[in-house]
Amino acid sequence: MTTEASTPTTPAPAAAEGGTLRAERVSAWFGTRKVLEDVNLEMGAGAVTALIGPSGCGKSTFLRTLNRMHEIIPGASLAGSVLLDGDDIYGGTLRVTQVRRRVGMVFQKPNPFPAMSIADNVAAGLRLTGTRATDRDGLIEDSLRRAGLWNEVRNRLRAPAGGLSGGQQQRLCIARSLTVRPEVLLMDEPCSALDPTSTRRIEETIGELRSQVTIIIVTHNMQQAQRVSQRCAFFLAAEDQPGRVVESGPTERLFGDPEDPRTADYVHGRFG
Amino acid sequence: MAPSTAVPEAGPERRKIETRLTRGDRLYRSLATAAAAVTLALIVLIGVFLLIRAMPALREAGWSFITVKEWRPDGQQPRFGVSAMLFGTFVTALVAMAVTFPVSVATAIFINEYAPRRIKQTLTSLIDLMAAIPSLIFAIWGLFFLIPLLLPIEQWAVDELGGSLPFMRAAAIGASLFNAGLVISLMTIPIATSIIREVLSQTPRHECEGALALGATRWGMIRTVVLPFGRGGIVGGSMLGLGRALGETLAATLILSVTFEIKPRVLENGGITVASAIAVQFKDAQTMGLSALMAAGLALFAVTFVINMLAALVVSRSRSGAGVEA
Amino acid sequence: MTTQPIAAPRPAPRRRTRTGAGADLAEFAGAAVTSFAITWLIFARLMPFTVQAVGFAVCWYGLFLLAYWLITRDGHGPVIAADRVMGVLITTGALAAVTPILGVIGYVIYKGAPVLRLNFFTETLAVTGPLSAATEGGAMHSIIGTLEQLGVATLISVPLGVLTAVYLNEVRGPLTRPTRLVADAMTALPSIVAGLFVYSILILQFGWGFSGFAGSLALAVLMLPTVTITAEQVLRVVPGGLREASLALGAPQWRTVLMVVLPTARAGLSTAVILGMARVVGETAPMILTAFGSSTLNANVFSGQQDDLPLFVYNQVSSSQDTQVQRAWAGALVLLALVLVLFVLARLLGRPRTARVRRPAPKPATEPAAKPRQERTPR
Repeated sequence: MTTEASTPTTPAPAAAEGGTLRAERVSAWFGTRKVLEDVNLEMGAGAVTALIGPSGCGKSTFLRTLNRMHEIIPGASLAGSVLLDGDDIYGGTLRVTQVRRRVGMVFQKPNPFPAMSIADNVAAGLRLTGTRATDRDGLIEDSLRRAGLWNEVRNRLRAPAGGLSGGQQQRLCIARSLTVRPEVLLMDEPCSALDPTSTRRIEETIGELRSQVTIIIVTHNMQQAQRVSQRCAFFLAAEDQPGRVVESGPTERLFGDPEDPRTADYVHGRFG
Repeated sequence: MAPSTAVPEAGPERRKIETRLTRGDRLYRSLATAAAAVTLALIVLIGVFLLIRAMPALREAGWSFITVKEWRPDGQQPRFGVSAMLFGTFVTALVAMAVTFPVSVATAIFINEYAPRRIKQTLTSLIDLMAAIPSLIFAIWGLFFLIPLLLPIEQWAVDELGGSLPFMRAAAIGASLFNAGLVISLMTIPIATSIIREVLSQTPRHECEGALALGATRWGMIRTVVLPFGRGGIVGGSMLGLGRALGETLAATLILSVTFEIKPRVLENGGITVASAIAVQFKDAQTMGLSALMAAGLALFAVTFVINMLAALVVSRSRSGAGVEA
Repeated sequence: MTTQPIAAPRPAPRRRTRTGAGADLAEFAGAAVTSFAITWLIFARLMPFTVQAVGFAVCWYGLFLLAYWLITRDGHGPVIAADRVMGVLITTGALAAVTPILGVIGYVIYKGAPVLRLNFFTETLAVTGPLSAATEGGAMHSIIGTLEQLGVATLISVPLGVLTAVYLNEVRGPLTRPTRLVADAMTALPSIVAGLFVYSILILQFGWGFSGFAGSLALAVLMLPTVTITAEQVLRVVPGGLREASLALGAPQWRTVLMVVLPTARAGLSTAVILGMARVVGETAPMILTAFGSSTLNANVFSGQQDDLPLFVYNQVSSSQDTQVQRAWAGALVLLALVLVLFVLARLLGRPRTARVRRPAPKPATEPAAKPRQERTPR
């Protein structure tokens, strides 16, 4: 596996693939409880955007509004709009399943399908969306390479997915998400359940994927946010208040010279 | 972006999220809903069809359906009623529960608290196997093995106690309501034991340990912690067993010598239950007879349904049953 | 000069904790012997009737309890005495539950094995009369009937039951609570009422006449609630994260259920099916009203009276001919064997697989603990 010798703050190469997500005045509720207030954020192509802040501030909830997974929870509702390359994903033009295909997600706890082999897991997205693939094996290899897992599993593609270690399972889930060729990839604290070595590998993978897919990552780990992201958004919720974005911008600025004193307090570890 | 320090103005209204289901999803949901509707429709159909078929007999007999004990529905002067059957069902179920209740509670406690770890799983599997054995096989075993074994004792009881206790008298013994009830208990024991065992195993361990730490004996702990906790589940499990006992057909059919009488002498030959009456009278029944049997079946259905609902209610309301699938 | 390594002290031997003492055994034995002696006295000398096995045992047991209680109370006090006696009573109760199972299986083998010959599986009762030997004739027509009726019943009830479970756990529409309540109530439906129902709707209303299919319908009515409830429990155990992962990939709900949830639950669902089958394979009462039985082979399950194993045993055992009763035991043995096979099959299928999804842990992966399975007891 190649290691990319680049710092996270290097600007992305000019021809960046990946889609643009823009959140406009997004608020979210669980029943009557408001958990997110008026979030405006632009997450552009070729960059990794990190959502940081103490736990319980609505970062994960916001992430789930970006691929319409928020509404699965009974009683959940939202306000505002989320634009994927200009189209409101909550409008009538795009189907839910299409949105979720274009905006992929990797979860905190790796969840490979236990009833399928490694190869079938990677290709699961094709079966599940009813997409016909002309070169299934080639797609599987490509996704595994992009996720940085190919060399470790190339000889046991038929083995059950449950036999992999935690870090490998998470990279398998990344590969699985990549197979359907999303424009955006959402990652909800993908490394929090993993050991440091697996974490480092996944951070490397994120760096390699950056130019192909727009990545938005929720993380608790400030050092990880600095390592991995080019832009950051700092979420904060006062007591009994919905979460808000306090400040957002280039990662270097947020960590080096934040405008808001609360941001400064957080990034210097004075709370959270 | 500048940090927001000003009070934000009222944001956009909550929107109704439109989820246009795919055609596949619409079909899937319809199919699943239809399947669930079948279960609901089934119980309604059972009630309705039995009622329709039972109407002629009910109209013919009126309220005497419950009080009359003879069974002559096909004839010049139809005279029939379920009182003998209800009595027989009641007595056999009572005998069955009198045996089942202590045995199933004891077995459940034994498996949970007394059995060495290695045989616990074996015992549980054995009880599950007992539940799977068809009632027909228990019935013939009872008829050919168990009852002949018990006959001498029953004879002794009749001889010794028949003088002083009128209900212990018997002209002939063996094919009695008591023996039928005894065999039925074999079928209700595994059900009740399984449920009670599962309920009692939910007793919070820290409460048990609290009792033991005070120096209580094993029985002391069971008496003061486990049994009070499991009260609802024990009642519920027993009631589910009772429901099974009420509907049991084979034991009564094979063991009882059929007489349509109300028989307080439980050890004496003769008697009838609702279920066995249907099984026995079916072949020779004509129109009115069939209708009367339908009415009897309807009565049985209603009673077992009510008891089962009550049992589920008791179990779910109790502290022990709340987390357990009955 | 070489230094002698100091011998490591021998590790302290592991102790087995004992709650009782040796004297307890003596008390138990003493009570047993005393009560035996007194019972013998009562039965042989004082009472004018013959020693009688069961009565003797009952009397001995009662006196033993009394003696044991008195001895223990004298030695250790009433609390310990109560504990000991209750221990005996509880163990007796468990034995009372377990002995019949073993007794039944043993007796059926004892009575059925001598009569069971190969022709049992190849002949029917068409040519046997009341005077034929017990080993003549067979139950081939009944076995075929059972297999056909069970097959049709399974084909009807399993898709319905699994779909209903999917509705209850995945779709969760407005019918969920009533359906669950009704399914629970239906598990207690008396089997004869199911037979009455099918009789009234199929044979009376539609005028189709007795058939194996009518029997299968009755069996399906009895199987459906069991399959539904067990299947729902199995689906509930499937982790929600898998459904989320599938939806996040862009799958519609039906593909999620079909390609992720159901395959993951495959083992548990198979167990549910087999338990449902085991429950109904021995049902007799509803078959009296629907399939009606016969002594000849009828391989068409959809028309004409058809026999099956439970009806075979029931009819033969009800006859006054000894040979027919003997033949019934052979049938009972085959039926029992069938139930045992299904039961063992269900147990084997329900066993958790060894290669499961491991927890993502920093340590090298160790053998994962097996997930406990909740199984519904068939009735």
